[in-house]
Amino acid sequence: MKMMWCGLVGWIDDRFPLTELWNEHLAKYYAPKNFNFWYYFGSLAILVLVIQLLSGIWLAMSYKPAADLAFGSVEYIMREVNWGWLIRYMHSTGASFFFIVVYLHMFRGLIYGSYKGKRELIWLLGMGIYLVLMAEAFMGYLLPWGQMSFWGAQVIISLFGAIPFGIGDALALWIRGDYVVSDATLNRFFALHVVALPLALLGLVVFHIMALHQIGSNNPDGVEIKSNKDEDGIPRDGIPFHPYYTVKDLKGAVVFLFLFAIVVFFIPEFGGWFLESDNFEPANPLKTPAHIVPLWYFTPFYAILRAIPNKLTGVIAMGLAIFMLFVLPWLDRHPVKSIRYRSALFKLLVMLFAVTFVVLGYLGTRVPTALYSELGIRMGELYFSFFIIMWVYGQDRRPAFYFNTFLVVLVALLCIDWIRYDPSKGALMWKSLLMPLVYHVVFLLAPVFTSLNESRPVPERVVFK
Amino acid sequence: MSYAGVSRGRRRFLTGTVTVVGAVGTVFTAVPFVLSWQPSERARALGAPVQVDIGKLEPGSRVIVKWQGKPVWIVRRTRDVLEELPAHDGQLRDPSSNESIQPAYARNEVRALKPEYLVLVGICTHLGCSPQYVRAGQGGQFNLPAGWRGFFCPCHGSKFDLAGRVYQGVPAPTNLTVPPYRFISDSLVEIGADATQGAA
Repeated sequence: MKMMWCGLVGWIDDRFPLTELWNEHLAKYYAPKNFNFWYYFGSLAILVLVIQLLSGIWLAMSYKPAADLAFGSVEYIMREVNWGWLIRYMHSTGASFFFIVVYLHMFRGLIYGSYKGKRELIWLLGMGIYLVLMAEAFMGYLLPWGQMSFWGAQVIISLFGAIPFGIGDALALWIRGDYVVSDATLNRFFALHVVALPLALLGLVVFHIMALHQIGSNNPDGVEIKSNKDEDGIPRDGIPFHPYYTVKDLKGAVVFLFLFAIVVFFIPEFGGWFLESDNFEPANPLKTPAHIVPLWYFTPFYAILRAIPNKLTGVIAMGLAIFMLFVLPWLDRHPVKSIRYRSALFKLLVMLFAVTFVVLGYLGTRVPTALYSELGIRMGELYFSFFIIMWVYGQDRRPAFYFNTFLVVLVALLCIDWIRYDPSKGALMWKSLLMPLVYHVVFLLAPVFTSLNESRPVPERVVFK
Repeated sequence: MSYAGVSRGRRRFLTGTVTVVGAVGTVFTAVPFVLSWQPSERARALGAPVQVDIGKLEPGSRVIVKWQGKPVWIVRRTRDVLEELPAHDGQLRDPSSNESIQPAYARNEVRALKPEYLVLVGICTHLGCSPQYVRAGQGGQFNLPAGWRGFFCPCHGSKFDLAGRVYQGVPAPTNLTVPPYRFISDSLVEIGADATQGAA
């Protein structure tokens, strides 16, 4: 039996680099031995991708991409296709879980500086995946042709209309293929959702992993394991990905599937967070639902868009909010990778950024009252401030540099408030100005007067506590 | 690879020429794919005018009709609404409709052919939601003063008065669009046909 197996592998190896690929990416790919909880999410993202591809192909077998048939065909899948409800709930739950996993995966990259040390391209390819994923989710959301599908698409496509000189309106018309979101839009979004974007996604995932395996994985200590090898040329702090991490990731997959199944079987709508109630009403081009909100994974950016009382500026700010993530590797030039060895202020900075992102996400789902709009502006300011501080902390700066940056930021904040000054909420504006003010006092002045911004020495080898 | 006996300049020229020809070919090949996304002939043809009977429209109420796939509102305004209109010009972004889209005959104080009837495309100039018609006493539902009247966009909080003019401090950049329309008779209005062409 074993002979036959070796014979078969040998036969293939003469014709296709099977063993070579297996060794390069699994059996002889040495990964740092100190991966922790945060390192589950890369492999989990691949697992969700497979779930989405599988359930998506099956959904496409019964779905009809036409404005007068789409809503009905989704109901048909839910009620009459054998196990259709399960496959659809897997797909809709998978979409939200995809973003949960990807956001946690990105946060891991952020706290351990996984974009540092010749890893910029891994981060950029990852951001490409994130962007395609957003497009994929947005186009997929139009397909059920409910009220939220329709009006969500109408709003997002209208974002392009903000581009001046008549380009924007022409572009929005070109994307829709009609004067409003219509059958033409639905049909092309279907084609993009099931063919074009998944292809792009798969390609980017392959490149992402190839780039990772070229330089090697980062780890919670930020140690470059390849700089310390034994006599055989094997990293002393590395273990082969297979079997060690395949087994570890399998454990992650089991726990993940438990949670996934609980949502799919018991709470597939997740209280309106994964499937919105307004989307159980067929699209009506004459009536916008009273509270239109995108799904939760877009709401942080949506909150920034909505907080700004100017169409073009709002769209630019939203685009910039995503763009800032792309350039993160070039903003954060600090030599210490891992948050473990960076300063107390940096730890606070990253935690506050996570809080800001979550609060923005919450605000994006609420009705825009005066208080929430104001909070949206302030949280948006904190969001962008994070990237300024990342850049300032990137290297040793003289006290004057901190003071000057503080002054520039202060002037910028006051300018923004002066431009958007609205006497009816003057008191609210002044009070909420404290938020960015305190933020910048802490992060720009504390490094000058205290030792809170000093990093700790980074170990040469991986350490276990 | 040996370059002996090879004319490098000629080779470079040939490589360059082939690249340029290939690039031009790629651009022309892209044309049908890109233009295929433009609205089809059928979509263009569906923009035909729509006739609406407004004879039974009560003062203060509104009808919604579909024109070019978009909602078009016809609101019958009461006298006190019309009297109130000039009072809040100071709070508006474009009170005399200089930067907004409307036919020349609707670029006046009331933004209408006949002051009583307001005809608007019911699509917010911000991001394309359809605003809500807020009558006196309904403001509370939208966190607005109870007596506030006008159009309120629930998506991003843009506010318009009862001539479709946008307030300051909201994201919508311009007033709501007035479509071309004309009165065929006192009770019959045609959306999509211009009042300057044919009988008014």
